[in-house]
Amino acid sequence: MDLSLIIMQLLSGIALGAVLVITALGLTIVFGMLGVVNFAHGALFMIGAYAGLYLASLTGSFWWGLLLAPILIGAFGMLIEFVLIRRLYGRSIDDPLLLTFGLSYILVEGVRIVFGSDGIPFPTPIQLVGVLDLGIGFFPRYRLFVIALVAVVLLVLWLTLEKTRVGLIVRAGARDPTIMQVLGVDIGRVWLAIFGLGVGLAALGGVLAGPMRSVNPEMGSLVLAEAFVVTVIGGLGSIVGAVVAGLMVGVSVSIVALFAPEMATIVMFALMAVVLLIRPQGLFGVRGRTA
Amino acid sequence: MPKSGSTSKISRRTALAGLSAGAAMLAMPRLGRAADEAIRIGFPTPLTGPFAAEARDQVKCAELAVKLVNDKGGIGGRKVELLVRDDKLNAGEAATRTLELIEKDKVHAVVGALSSAVQLAVNEVTRARGVIYVSISQSDTINEAKDFSKYTFHEALNPHMTTAAVARQTLKKGMKVAHLVADYAYGHEMLRGFKRAQAAIGADNVGEILHPFGAADYSTFMPRLMSMRPDVLCISNFGRDQANAIKQAVDFGVKQQMKIVVPVILHNQRLAVGPDVFEGVVGGANYYWGLETQSTSAAVFNAAFKAANGGAIPTDYGAYGYSGVGSLLAAMQAAGGTDTDKVVDALEKLQYDLTKGAQHYRKCDHQSVQSVLVLESKKKSAMANENDLFAILANDAGSDDMLRTCSELGHAT
Repeated sequence: MDLSLIIMQLLSGIALGAVLVITALGLTIVFGMLGVVNFAHGALFMIGAYAGLYLASLTGSFWWGLLLAPILIGAFGMLIEFVLIRRLYGRSIDDPLLLTFGLSYILVEGVRIVFGSDGIPFPTPIQLVGVLDLGIGFFPRYRLFVIALVAVVLLVLWLTLEKTRVGLIVRAGARDPTIMQVLGVDIGRVWLAIFGLGVGLAALGGVLAGPMRSVNPEMGSLVLAEAFVVTVIGGLGSIVGAVVAGLMVGVSVSIVALFAPEMATIVMFALMAVVLLIRPQGLFGVRGRTA
Repeated sequence: MPKSGSTSKISRRTALAGLSAGAAMLAMPRLGRAADEAIRIGFPTPLTGPFAAEARDQVKCAELAVKLVNDKGGIGGRKVELLVRDDKLNAGEAATRTLELIEKDKVHAVVGALSSAVQLAVNEVTRARGVIYVSISQSDTINEAKDFSKYTFHEALNPHMTTAAVARQTLKKGMKVAHLVADYAYGHEMLRGFKRAQAAIGADNVGEILHPFGAADYSTFMPRLMSMRPDVLCISNFGRDQANAIKQAVDFGVKQQMKIVVPVILHNQRLAVGPDVFEGVVGGANYYWGLETQSTSAAVFNAAFKAANGGAIPTDYGAYGYSGVGSLLAAMQAAGGTDTDKVVDALEKLQYDLTKGAQHYRKCDHQSVQSVLVLESKKKSAMANENDLFAILANDAGSDDMLRTCSELGHAT
């Protein structure tokens, strides 16, 4: 088989993986720090796409939509944490799971009422329309942009967590919230910010996916399943795990699509099954962790 | 004030009349009840899931067909009721809902379903119970002897006639054709249809890729499709899969290298991704509102739909809901009621023209013989208004020649 074809295939796998990484990241951060399994993550991804589209048409520019939608929806996430999730800390892990599960139905139905259940067009930003000639083949400019943007977001996130005082508090808070409170840190505010960050990342994923897929109220349900698969493979709560697993799943799907296209969807679940059998805590997960 | 004598006379007459009426009721209890009882039509369709947009249009149009009959006094004085059920695009769910419609709601006939696999499940249930089913989902299988029963009617186009019409407009001898196909009944049947048409025309098959049903991302199939270097790419999938696949193919620059052709070009999916993405895509259709300039039936149907739906226009799959229910009700009108054998007989004899010209159900397989449209999506600058989506490339009049022969389908001739 042609080498350039395999390279093109790898590239489309990485682009696919980039969107998976950004959505799985929000899910895994919220679980790792708060112990909340956010079942509304897919719905918030969808809300992000709608918000991005709405803001883009309001301002006349995709870029404002891309910038403002994650901030706005992230703030909405903080509201959800403050009003709903906060009351459930310290209770069984099932409680926030059920709450967010119900919330996802409300969000999806709400969008259906406001925007209708038909798909709506989300045009690719004019600067990124078309393909780039890579010498070995053509690749959509927009997908290259998505890869680059996700890389930048990951870098900023990593620097913030590892190199700043805020990051130190966040990491410590995930380890031992009680000690943090004793040390005089308002852990409630940290959790509020973390939940907002997780939701903002979901919304960012939604805006990024908008120009690649049709935008409709159900677009989040498949994404939620994929994000969970990535999170489980990478290890629940592990940021590095989400990045590695996201890219791994994207590339696996892509390479399998080349040889056995009808297996392309199954491969990610097969990968998850294998990881669970060999390393139940996930690639970068900590054994026996209960958040 | 009337005299007392006359009062007694009237009361005697009234008493007699009442008595004889009561006797008649006792003598013919079934007839008396049947005249009052509403005619119930079961309508399973996937209101949730990736075909929801098309399903909702089916329901609106089916309701319109029912309303028009009820406005004229119903059938033999009986009102018609439409019982809509969500089959969730799932064969098991559809079978359960259909069974409930028959056993619990006592429907007189079933119309509906949108997915080819789901429709076969509905047909299993209806034919086992001897209930008339008018399918409005594209399928070749349902015409074949093994799935057929005298109660099974197929109002939708079938993949054989659709792909043949599309291929005639888009393929030429020696052209190279690649296929991206949804891996389930609909995709397989469309692929089979295209390959048969291709072979007849003399076009070459350079490859086919099956994709999982309901996939959100098609980017991973694009490099390989491009490397096949076809002149035409046939994308045989449905609903949101069609919108996503075409959108991503266009992102990869597919249109610069080849023409995109689909078996069925969907009104709602064109709306969902916009004119730039669909520009130049060619596909078949059972109906397009723009037919009104060529057909008075289309103009009448459009006007009725607009009046009932706040000025909106009917879509392709909506028209199936209208003609599926409409043809059944016309047959019931002709049969004078809901007696299954009489209605089957009436459907076989029915000549109807509800949306686009003459149609009838072929005797051997109950396939509706009807015209096939081939449409091309217009570019934004060529659209006269926001509803002006497609140009009509061809309007092939319905004929038995479009269909596979009765003997090929396994029916006794």
